[in-house]
Amino acid sequence: MLPFASLILIIGILSALRPESFLTLDNFLNVFRRSSVYGIIAIGMTSVIISGGIDLSVGSMLAVCGMLGAATMTAIGGDNPHGGSLVLGSFAGIGTGIICGFLNGLLITKLKLQPFIVTLGTMSFFRGIALVMKDGQPINIAAYKYLGEGMILGIPVSIIIFAVIIVFAAFLLKYTRLGRYTYAIGSNREAAYHAGVNVNLNLVAIYTITGLMVGIAAMIATSRTVSAQPTAGLGAELDIIAAVVIGGASLSGGQGTITGTIVGTLLISFLRNGCTLLGISTNAQLIVIGCIIVLAVALDQLARSKSSELQQ
Amino acid sequence: MINPANNSQNPVALEMKGISKRFGPVQALLDVSLTLRTGTIHALVGENGAGKSTLMKILAGVYKGNTGLIQINGRTRVFDNPNQAITAGVSMIYQDLDLAEHLTVAQNVFLGSEPKALLPFSIDHKKMSRQTADLADKYDFDIAPDAVVANLSTGDCQVAEILKALARSATILVMDEPTSSLSEKETKRLFKIIKNLRAKGISIIYISHRLEEIIGLADDITILRDGRVVHHEVNAKLDIPKIVHHMVGRELTEFFPPRDVTMGDVRVAVENLSTNEVSDISFEIKAGEIVGMAGLVGAGRTEIARAVFGIDKKIRGSVKLNGEIVTITRPADAIKAGIAYLTEDRKRTGLCLQLPCAWNITLPSLDMVGSAGLLSLKKENKLAAGTAEQLAIKWTSPALPADSLSGGNQQKLLIARWLLTNARFMLFDEPTRGIDVGSKKEIYSLLNEFAAQRKAILFISSELPELLGVTDRILVMRRGKLVANLETKQTNQQEVMHLAAVEKNE
Repeated sequence: MLPFASLILIIGILSALRPESFLTLDNFLNVFRRSSVYGIIAIGMTSVIISGGIDLSVGSMLAVCGMLGAATMTAIGGDNPHGGSLVLGSFAGIGTGIICGFLNGLLITKLKLQPFIVTLGTMSFFRGIALVMKDGQPINIAAYKYLGEGMILGIPVSIIIFAVIIVFAAFLLKYTRLGRYTYAIGSNREAAYHAGVNVNLNLVAIYTITGLMVGIAAMIATSRTVSAQPTAGLGAELDIIAAVVIGGASLSGGQGTITGTIVGTLLISFLRNGCTLLGISTNAQLIVIGCIIVLAVALDQLARSKSSELQQ
Repeated sequence: MINPANNSQNPVALEMKGISKRFGPVQALLDVSLTLRTGTIHALVGENGAGKSTLMKILAGVYKGNTGLIQINGRTRVFDNPNQAITAGVSMIYQDLDLAEHLTVAQNVFLGSEPKALLPFSIDHKKMSRQTADLADKYDFDIAPDAVVANLSTGDCQVAEILKALARSATILVMDEPTSSLSEKETKRLFKIIKNLRAKGISIIYISHRLEEIIGLADDITILRDGRVVHHEVNAKLDIPKIVHHMVGRELTEFFPPRDVTMGDVRVAVENLSTNEVSDISFEIKAGEIVGMAGLVGAGRTEIARAVFGIDKKIRGSVKLNGEIVTITRPADAIKAGIAYLTEDRKRTGLCLQLPCAWNITLPSLDMVGSAGLLSLKKENKLAAGTAEQLAIKWTSPALPADSLSGGNQQKLLIARWLLTNARFMLFDEPTRGIDVGSKKEIYSLLNEFAAQRKAILFISSELPELLGVTDRILVMRRGKLVANLETKQTNQQEVMHLAAVEKNE
């Protein structure tokens, strides 16, 4: 409830301060479109965090998926790829995400290492691959515009994809066995195992799905800039984790919702957008956002401990 | 040499008077007093849950008593935290030793009070080793100050722990089950050390389930039962049967439901089961039979349940259900085969406390809640509510988290879970631990009902009265071995306690 209230509050304040530039359909669509890349990844991250884990590699994975996707496009379609090669390349990028996520899951369960350590390692590993591929140079795909700029009935394609994934993920967490096991593993891994849950299989699935999300997000990001950047998503993992945590997920596992994460993502996006409209520099924005993260989570915890006291 | 303790004129080192402690509805201690004389060994005995640990935690400043006072050398003390108790000269040596493994003995002994070298914040390592060696010499201990703790045997670790206490000028030592993980040789060495300490004027409170140890060691004895002192004796001349009598001397009442079940064929046969902790365990349970399992903490009861359920690795042996061998390598296999295991620690290994009650019930049975991996929440709530009603679980809503329930209701949540899986063989590990009397009674009736439904039940408990009141047969474990298989009707608490606690002289 609290993150949602803060979101409304921020939108209210910004509407009052800059009614002519903030409170427009264009600006809102712009914010949603910008949110879609990190928002899609944040949805994957939500399931990881609910399961009691963390994935630090998503930012690097974003770059490696984009680079491999774009490289596939140029490999098939030559210097100026279009049509079928773009479709195939998109699937290659998404497939890369699935493989990267699967690798994370496998390392975490088979080597019995902490997710923090494994993904710290793969964060560096994936970034390295993205940089080595073209010696640090981006790959330009001038015709790859659809995901970034395309519209269906006046709504940006990226927002539609984002919305579909939100619905799909919310359903997955609430109405499937995988979702239920995710909560159980995060709440008490040993108890879940004792109740017959195949903990390792489910963890691998969770990290693989997160990889899939990163792959989709990477192709949207590539399309928006019509180029794959090896430095894409640098530091993205922190923004994404922040969004999930602001949305009410607990880093110790067992708690979190997709709705919360979406609210958290939008909160950060609107904050950024508002700062820009108010003329606050991107550097100074970091200070504002840092404060908001701590404040939001602190207030949320305070509210929770109060309500649990009331229960007892 | 004259044993200094034989002088009943020894001055009093510690006096605990009228200590009471309540945890919610449970009266853990009621008006308990204990007098420890200087330079003596004082045995503190009682069944599990009798209140020994609570009493000692109050002495160590971990808990605060609701009433009562503590006097050390005649001065009244109030401990708000463990550090104050240590400063006053009270040191605890817990069952799970409390050493930093990667440090040396000397570093552990002086942890937090390291001798300073010349430079600020630097430590004089030589001085530290020397002082440790001196201290060890003073009490005739044989230990290398510079050995790394991780490389030491359990016995040596204990010596290090005792040195640590002495370095903090402890005059009162509390030892909680110090021999539970020692070999026979190490045990003898420890006794020598303890007697040395006594000779140097250290006062010791000694907690042990091994009664034969106490007979040879203790000067005085205090026996607790249900949070009260039932016997206290200076210069004790007790024998084992007498101690056992005081420990268990409770009358059986109609507290337990009558057993009136016709048993069927053998449902469960465990054959030659061995793991790292238990060896060569064989037993059978018939359909409709409740078999109890008694033994001291660490005797291997939980380990048998864990091995049967596929949590611990089996080295050898098999489990047969209805005459057929079932292969179980993980809990999911066991559940599929129709086995249920209510674990000993419901919070740590049983429940997902933050998750809704209904989710906790249906966790192993989600295939009943929907198909193809999808869940019908409506069906789930109906199933959960149905089982909850059967067990009379009191909840405001199945959507509230499990930790909003009382201990007894939490336990019933887990029983509901296993009822829903329709298990044929149910293992209950300490199902009544830490729950109130009313809930205990309900759980006994449930066990009875399950037996009437032709399930086979293994009931592990540390409380002898409930074992005797509920079961048809009792298996007794001692040090990883099954030592007895008794008909409940033909045995009594003394016999079971004796078998579980006393080493046979072969």
